[in-house]
Amino acid sequence: MSGTAVVDGPADQLPGGVWRDVVGQAPALEVLRRAVADEDAMTHAWLFTGPPGSGRSTAARAFAGALLCSRGGCGECKECATAVDGTHADVDVLATDALSIGVAQARELVQLAGRSPSVGRWRIILVEDADRLTEQSGNALLKALEEPTPRTVWLLCAPSPDDVLVTVRSRARQVRLRTPSVEDVTALLVRRDGIDPTTAGYAARAAQSHIGMARRLATDESSRARRRETISMATRIRGVADAVGAAADLMKIAEEERDKVLTDRHAEEKAKLLATLGAEAGARTQPPHVRAQITALEKAQKTRATRFTRDMIDRALLDLFSVYRDALVVHAGGAVPLINEDSRVVVEEVAQALSAERILLAMDSIGVARRRIDANVAPLLALEAMAIDLTLPR
Amino acid sequence: MTESVDVPSRVPPLVLVSGPEDLLAERAVDSLLQDLRVSSPEVDVIDVEPAGYEAGALGVHVSPSLFGEDKAVVVHGLHEATDALQQDLLDYLADPVEHVTLVVLHGSGNRGKRVLDTLKKSRARVIDCPAVKSDRDKADFVTGEFRRARRKITQDAVQALVEAVGKDLRELASACTQLVDDTTGTIDADVVERYHGGKVEATGFRVADAAVAGEAGEALRLLRHAVAVGVDPVPIVAVLAGQLRQLAKVGGAGRGRSTDLARELGMAPWQVDKARRALNGWSGPGLATAIQAVAAADEEVKGGGRDPVYAVERAILTITRTHGSG
Repeated sequence: MSGTAVVDGPADQLPGGVWRDVVGQAPALEVLRRAVADEDAMTHAWLFTGPPGSGRSTAARAFAGALLCSRGGCGECKECATAVDGTHADVDVLATDALSIGVAQARELVQLAGRSPSVGRWRIILVEDADRLTEQSGNALLKALEEPTPRTVWLLCAPSPDDVLVTVRSRARQVRLRTPSVEDVTALLVRRDGIDPTTAGYAARAAQSHIGMARRLATDESSRARRRETISMATRIRGVADAVGAAADLMKIAEEERDKVLTDRHAEEKAKLLATLGAEAGARTQPPHVRAQITALEKAQKTRATRFTRDMIDRALLDLFSVYRDALVVHAGGAVPLINEDSRVVVEEVAQALSAERILLAMDSIGVARRRIDANVAPLLALEAMAIDLTLPR
Repeated sequence: MTESVDVPSRVPPLVLVSGPEDLLAERAVDSLLQDLRVSSPEVDVIDVEPAGYEAGALGVHVSPSLFGEDKAVVVHGLHEATDALQQDLLDYLADPVEHVTLVVLHGSGNRGKRVLDTLKKSRARVIDCPAVKSDRDKADFVTGEFRRARRKITQDAVQALVEAVGKDLRELASACTQLVDDTTGTIDADVVERYHGGKVEATGFRVADAAVAGEAGEALRLLRHAVAVGVDPVPIVAVLAGQLRQLAKVGGAGRGRSTDLARELGMAPWQVDKARRALNGWSGPGLATAIQAVAAADEEVKGGGRDPVYAVERAILTITRTHGSG
């Protein structure tokens, strides 16, 4: 952590205070800061939109901190710190691991929104994945969004305005975040996480400025290895058997990543549940009421694993996509920097083997596979169909 | 198995009917009750269901009645019995009552194990009703049915009958009864054909086998049949995808012993052999087109298209067309 927080520094300088981790978003920050400073510029519902990894929830949390801080977002006080990590008494964060936010969860939020703040000026409700609101759960929020209790503020986050119900969108003021530049992300990694500039630069470029992803790439060697493996798929496929094999490998990479992250977490959750219920952890069979609770937990964990696998596959597909994008850059003469500068060999092989039209076709198939997986097509099958289109001529 | 239904006239006071096949269990109980009625025509039959059982009810059922007639208590579904019912059964077994015949039905599973053990220890008669799953078991069942009715049936006819209605044992039994009642003389394949002609058990696997073999007509006929008997298009697409995936894997793996290959590819040896046979007539590009067609169909059957069955049909036609084209 850096100690050089500049409270309310001019917008063209690095943001300071509670805003210090919101990088490359000068215009959005301007709006948010004015809202904090001037009650007339404040609104009761905000919709933060921006591409994945642009720091939507970071910006929303910083905004929450600034609203609750007595000095307008110093970044030092308890209010700022607790708002940012989501533990402040007046900040309720809804983040979901599942594929959607259910109507029951939405109603719970409406209840919370009806209460007045306990310690600060505002009660803040932060919905991190507003795009996962279903039609029913979105509708449950409408009334509370339209006529909120005087000191309640809603902060919704979604990739784009089109991802939330039009009725929700029209009730909120929009804050558009943009993809931060590679330099901004590099600087953030160096300053916040203490990563050396070379690695930070590679990670920021490879993650295409997705801040969370860049941090993982910079700090976790196995993530880097998996990414390299994904990239190398582009030159591996020479026939239909290779395509089927490559699809299976992509699945395997996603599942390994999932297991690595989730296995411990799931075991820990189960142990905690057993302890709460006073059940014996080592027992061969549990009494029926404990079994029912365990089943419910395992079901929730399975939903989370499904979403996680899909997210991981999607991530891998974006990595793969970047190779073809780079190949196209090479075809066009290479005026802009490559995302995969470190895997230039792979990029050039693809660029040589495929014509520009074939590269576009491959990019298109990756897009189709992402759409299909999102529409519940068996991921392996969708990947196989895609991998076939990525076949290089012998 | 059907022989176990033949019960001698004297029925012991404790009977356990054990096994998952409902039809056989039902028949066993019926024949037990018939035997009981031989010795005491006035026997009072009481059925006890596990759902909604109230503690102590069994005690009421077995207590002597005003006129002192014999009683038969049939406990259905010990495998889903509540603790109260199990405890009442154990209490009764510790101190059985005269003039009462207790019949306990147990499907499968571990539930009610103590009651089972106690029953066996009290030397209850055990009647087994094993699951009838394989085609061979089903053929034996059919043969048994006709033998019981003292009718002759040829081997081909048994085979045809099992293929036509063998999915559900109950259906198979009623088909047998119908043939016994409606026909005279020896039952041969022609008779079965007259009653059940054109009917086949269609599953996703048979559809996929036909499609992968390039038999468009057969695959479409089986698909229509499967859909008509209630098979969902989604698993059919999944099976098609699985089959093509295996073909691609085996096709790319080259020669070698099928057991080694199976281990390497994560398949069963018979799947490798089957895929090798099916690979005749397939080319790499053909397989590629087929897999992509199935992926498109999967999207359509999951809500992306308007008519799921048409989507599968189109995928099948693409598969059969690409088969043998390269």
